[in-house]
Amino acid sequence: MNLFSALDRKLLRDLVHMRGQALAVGVIIACGVGILIMALGALQSLQQSREIYYEHYRFADVFADVKRAPERLASEIRQIDGVQQVETRISRIVTLDIARLEEPANGQLVSIPDDGAPVLNGVLLYEGRWPDLTRPDEAVVSKAFAEANALGIGDSVSAIINGRARDVTLVGIGDSPEYIYTLGPGALLPDDERFGVFWMRRRALEAAFDLDGAFSSVSVTLAGNTQPENVIAELDILLAPFAGVGAYARDDQISHAFIESEMQQLRSMARVIPPVFLVVSAILIHAILSRLIATERQQIGLLKAFGYTRAEIGWHYVKFALVLSGGGVLAGFVMGWALAGLLTHLYSDTFRFPDIILTLAPASFLIGAVAAFSAAIAGALTSALRAASLAPAEAMSPAPPTIYRRGFFERLSGAPNLDAPTRMIARHLTRWPLRAGMTMFGIAASVALLVGTLFAFDSVDAMLDTRFNRTDAYDAAVNFVEPQGTDALLELGRLPGVLEVEGNRNIYVRLRHGSHDERAVIVGLQPDGHQKQLLDAGGQIVPVPERGLALSNQMASMISAGRGDRVTVDVLEGRRPVVDVPVTAIVAEDIGAFAYMDIRQVNRLLGERPTVTGAFLAIDPDQNKDFSEQVLARPRIASVSLQEPAIAAFETTLEETIYIMMAIYALIGGSIAAGVVYNAARIAMMERGRELASLRVLGFTEGEVTHILLGELAILIMIALPVGAVFGLGFANLIVSGMSTELYRIPFALQPSTYGLAGIIVLVASIGSAILVARRVRDLDLIEVLKTRE
Amino acid sequence: MPPNLMTARNLTKVYDTGEVKVHALRGVDLDIAQGELIVLLGPSGSGKSTLLNILGGLDSPTSGEVLFQGKPLTGSSSAALTRYRRQHVGFIFQFYNLVPSLTARENVSLVTEIAEDPIPAEEALALVGMSARIDHFPAELSGGEQQRVAVARAIAKRPHLLLCDEPTGALDSTTGVRVLEALEHVNRALGATTLIITHNVGIADMADRVIRFSDGMIASTENMGRRRKPSEISW
Repeated sequence: MNLFSALDRKLLRDLVHMRGQALAVGVIIACGVGILIMALGALQSLQQSREIYYEHYRFADVFADVKRAPERLASEIRQIDGVQQVETRISRIVTLDIARLEEPANGQLVSIPDDGAPVLNGVLLYEGRWPDLTRPDEAVVSKAFAEANALGIGDSVSAIINGRARDVTLVGIGDSPEYIYTLGPGALLPDDERFGVFWMRRRALEAAFDLDGAFSSVSVTLAGNTQPENVIAELDILLAPFAGVGAYARDDQISHAFIESEMQQLRSMARVIPPVFLVVSAILIHAILSRLIATERQQIGLLKAFGYTRAEIGWHYVKFALVLSGGGVLAGFVMGWALAGLLTHLYSDTFRFPDIILTLAPASFLIGAVAAFSAAIAGALTSALRAASLAPAEAMSPAPPTIYRRGFFERLSGAPNLDAPTRMIARHLTRWPLRAGMTMFGIAASVALLVGTLFAFDSVDAMLDTRFNRTDAYDAAVNFVEPQGTDALLELGRLPGVLEVEGNRNIYVRLRHGSHDERAVIVGLQPDGHQKQLLDAGGQIVPVPERGLALSNQMASMISAGRGDRVTVDVLEGRRPVVDVPVTAIVAEDIGAFAYMDIRQVNRLLGERPTVTGAFLAIDPDQNKDFSEQVLARPRIASVSLQEPAIAAFETTLEETIYIMMAIYALIGGSIAAGVVYNAARIAMMERGRELASLRVLGFTEGEVTHILLGELAILIMIALPVGAVFGLGFANLIVSGMSTELYRIPFALQPSTYGLAGIIVLVASIGSAILVARRVRDLDLIEVLKTRE
Repeated sequence: MPPNLMTARNLTKVYDTGEVKVHALRGVDLDIAQGELIVLLGPSGSGKSTLLNILGGLDSPTSGEVLFQGKPLTGSSSAALTRYRRQHVGFIFQFYNLVPSLTARENVSLVTEIAEDPIPAEEALALVGMSARIDHFPAELSGGEQQRVAVARAIAKRPHLLLCDEPTGALDSTTGVRVLEALEHVNRALGATTLIITHNVGIADMADRVIRFSDGMIASTENMGRRRKPSEISW
């Protein structure tokens, strides 16, 4: 077929003539395609950047921590079937005294070999140099921590190692694939100011922690297709005598798991959100083409009379839809590319890659184009078929007049008191219920999408509120270097400002249930405590089980255990008992997968006297500063984390982006309502222009005529708001379940104000569109109407 | 001589399309008496429709002046012209222009609801002989019936001025006569000044006065002695 046949020229002119509507549909398609490409692009960028980083810096496959294991063990580990490379090292958490911070910070000290760079988990040195072997106080510091605390090469920080403050001099700034995403001990949110990584020479750390000829951490890579499970099992056996707390694969490595979870969310976004846009675009294309074909009815009859085939006529209108959406697809490509760039840029704050390479695979463009064009064809199909099947003689005569009837409700009520304009609106609505339904659905989709995206802010609020005001009500969490007797709690209680101290005892275990086997931490809690509390799904306090185990919902689903089930607990510490314990409660937790027990039960299990590994403290806020100063001076403390600055830091980050995010959501979500309303109003204007002009001639004012034109839409919008709210609720649920990972679950929270905000955005978008069309009422040609027949 | 309802002085109308200027009216003077029935004749493009549109407040002259009940209409705002049409003018179109979603009665109510002292819709429809089909939708009515509903709709507000542009143009002679009878009846019964544009010279016989247009100007004015009944008119 000739590319520019006369019919094609007609198509292009029709499109130019309908440019407003074409634009509205194009924007919606662009949003759908753009979000798809953004999500897939960001996903590929994360994947690729991670892969390259892992490969170049030899990120390990399996990790294990021990208290102290002799170096000779390394060669035994090397003998494990499937193990390729092995590297032992020393890795310990310490508290830091940072001059510019009031409260203590925490540092992860990680050893690098004395004779060069690490074999595994390599360190990328951005600037400076490696620590000198002869200077045990030199370190390479993680870039994020250096930046957050304005530290440079030559600066020093004070680390409390084994109770003694030691100045560590920064000689280099670096990063490692092990810490792409960093979380401090016990932290739920990243806090670059208060958690940093320090790479120091092995010899220096051996001396500092009395670990001569020993290691506290081992990483291995696996050969070919080796499954990590077998290696983990063998490692656990080898390391058990040295207080190994269980080996784990990449999936359980915090940084890796968080990136994985972000990628999971992107996958879910790509699956859930673009279809909404494309379905609405199909509906709009259907409406536009139906109207166009009604207008061109006589032309179609004429073309058929000339000898054009049904297929040619049908294809002509399908092509109209394809050209119409083509612009949207191209705009979506650009939008997706730009948004993917923006998103990967935002990621560079959270995920510390040496640099995130924006990767846009041609496949994602192809997927976007195919999806958008399929939607366009689906929308065009019924109209195109109708045009194709018009009989020429019938088509050339004018369309039979529309038959109106008294609506169902009018007949039901008798409706004696409706004025004529209201009757016009009501009958128009009931005359084309399917069309009204589609318009309503489109607007409702807009509301739903807004509710389904804006609820995320409610969820974050709810998550923070539950965490910091209910479950983790403490002001500070302290971890000891080694398990301590309860006298350590008394000592903490004597620090300035400390109002309450509750000990906890954490143990590493493997939980087994059926075929499931997960490494986990059991947190032993004081049964009468209220600094750390367990809640059920309904938000009610769950008492710490005196006998038995409480599982977080994530852990319960990971090992498929429910209340009343018995699970096997392999303790990975002390005399390593194995016991069967009943699950007595499931507790609701958004982040992490934990198990909880009564601290006395944990002590009994280990056959130890009352012992704690850490404590939750309530602190008088007025004495925060004194507390911070003195707690640093205590020996035996590995880490101290204060809640308040962590929340404040998170909220600052959130506030920096929340309004931008909201504006983007509002624009994208509102574009659907704007497009749907604009189209519906334009079509009404086209269909009823003559009727409305007659009314103007009869003396109706512009306002009265606009009321008749838009009243129908106003009613549909009013119906769409509650319907969309219900859809939105479902949509938000879909997103919550789609984005939940083993690591965390977005809590479901939806404030009434979010419905209100979604409603206002939709109203503003709708009213804006309606005004654009209503201005055309002013331009109605009153004289023409006297002359012409429809 | 009854008092003047409308006066037009030296009306001109130029449509400027950019390339060509079309002089639709070239200086028209006209006095219209209360209750008069005037028929405007003339070929297409002779200016009669333009005059009707200006008198009806749908268009404004390029120069000249229009007075309605002694007050100037020219220079009024769009809102004032809408008010004028709403209160004083009834329009009848060649193609009826009924609202398809409203019944006969409701099409008339459309106007009575916004008029100050309307005739009840039922009465207006009785005046044009449409009482029997009062609850029918336009699609259920013949062309002549639709036009009679349009007449009822136009007169229900008790207009001072009834403007009809080719009211029988789309009708056969039998139904055309029934519409003209309705117009004649309301002109007498309500005293509404009536202007009818037509190509049908026969209709001139029912007028008080016949004005012939040619080339944007009034070519001739003829006062008819006795108005004929529409049923006596030959087509």
